[in-house]
Amino acid sequence: MKKEEVPQDKDNLHEGTFKQIMYAVDNSGNYVQVQSAGWEPENIALDQAWEEVNKRIEAAKQKVLAGEVSPIAYYMEKNIMDLALLANYVGKFQWQVKRHMKPAVFRRLSQHMLQKYADAFKVSIADLQHIK
Amino acid sequence: MSEILFHHTQTAHCESGVISNLLGHHGLKISEPMAFGIGAGLFFGHLPFVKVNGVPGTTYRIWPGAIFQRVCDRLGVKMKVEKFSSVEKGMAALDQTLATGTPVGLLSSVYYLTYFPASYRFHFNAHNLVVYGKENGNYLVSDPVMDSITTIDPESLAQARFAKGFPAPKGKMYYPVSVPSSASLEKPIIEGIKQTCHYMLKIPIPMFGVDGIRFLAKRLKKYPEKLDDRRAVLYLGNIIRMQEEIGTGGAGFRFVYAAFLQEAAELLNKPELSKLATELTQIGDLWRTFAFAAGRVCKSRSASDDSYNELSQMLFRTAAAEEAFFRKLSKAI
Repeated sequence: MKKEEVPQDKDNLHEGTFKQIMYAVDNSGNYVQVQSAGWEPENIALDQAWEEVNKRIEAAKQKVLAGEVSPIAYYMEKNIMDLALLANYVGKFQWQVKRHMKPAVFRRLSQHMLQKYADAFKVSIADLQHIK
Repeated sequence: MSEILFHHTQTAHCESGVISNLLGHHGLKISEPMAFGIGAGLFFGHLPFVKVNGVPGTTYRIWPGAIFQRVCDRLGVKMKVEKFSSVEKGMAALDQTLATGTPVGLLSSVYYLTYFPASYRFHFNAHNLVVYGKENGNYLVSDPVMDSITTIDPESLAQARFAKGFPAPKGKMYYPVSVPSSASLEKPIIEGIKQTCHYMLKIPIPMFGVDGIRFLAKRLKKYPEKLDDRRAVLYLGNIIRMQEEIGTGGAGFRFVYAAFLQEAAELLNKPELSKLATELTQIGDLWRTFAFAAGRVCKSRSASDDSYNELSQMLFRTAAAEEAFFRKLSKAI
């Protein structure tokens, strides 16, 4: 890649505010560092990854509102966590976290356990119990 | 708290960048590409069974921490490395070390680093940065992939250092305790190049090295028949991200490594390494052409057999070019 070819496609989620370093060759063939504001394929791939995250959040939200799952499922998606990571944060087994996603079980959780989830998601217990 | 003067240089990759910046602070000046090359950072691996958010992992570099370890070993740098059982202990140790006037390298999760744009904040637990002081209760940060110095509040830094998941950073912090004022780079360069050639050509497991590129090419070809459109595009998008997102210097570290070979050619007085650097630049351009075509396929969102077949062919050609390149490189050294 030549110095002049270093892409500057600002059409990304951070609108080109974040400039990363690329290595490219100058006219005499020597490598130099050049800042890049973004590149089309990277922008597309990153957009798409977020679209997937948002889709999962919305799907989880609808399920919570329909009373099929507890808000834990929604907040897990919102924090881009998976079951393994969330279980790690609250110090439980994955099957236990899965159980806590059942609305009936969630309603009976102790304050202590609710606090652990609230901490993992960085929300208050009130917000944990009633999603916005 | 004593004030530390720390010279921040923006780099492409966090690990080789922190090494270069930290050693530079202690008087041993080596560039980012030199650290990357001596640490044998270049690699390829495709791991369909190690999934991140349900998507198979692809890597263009060696596993986190390896570059660091090798550079220290090869240059005779002694590092103090600590992990902590509690947040309190980890933050107290950081404050004490800063008080002695020593900048500290930290392992952290990108998700909690508030100074990054929101769009880059995923749960990636192997990010390296330097903290070099404290001002008005906030920490002064030299993050090598940022273009300037920045700050972070103690709570976010603690969360970043003690993030859960794999690999858990456990508050890992490190700083040099003994750095040679000058080091002969010849032997470390040769050892680094030999190791990279070995890893790219000789690992008898199909997922790694140039064989790994072919392995990915074979699997990529079957995405349209094995996966629905959405998943096929997500899998493909992840390959692009690992290749081009922050930290790679472009073309999955191939350009950083070419820059290293150019520097090495001069230090070892071996002009053939400079020629090989030019060849690697061309291979890097092949990777970029692949990413560009893959990006277009992602955008069109259709998993047509033709387009995936074409991408697969591109990878096979890149694998052949890399194999020929590393065979020449191992003979040149």
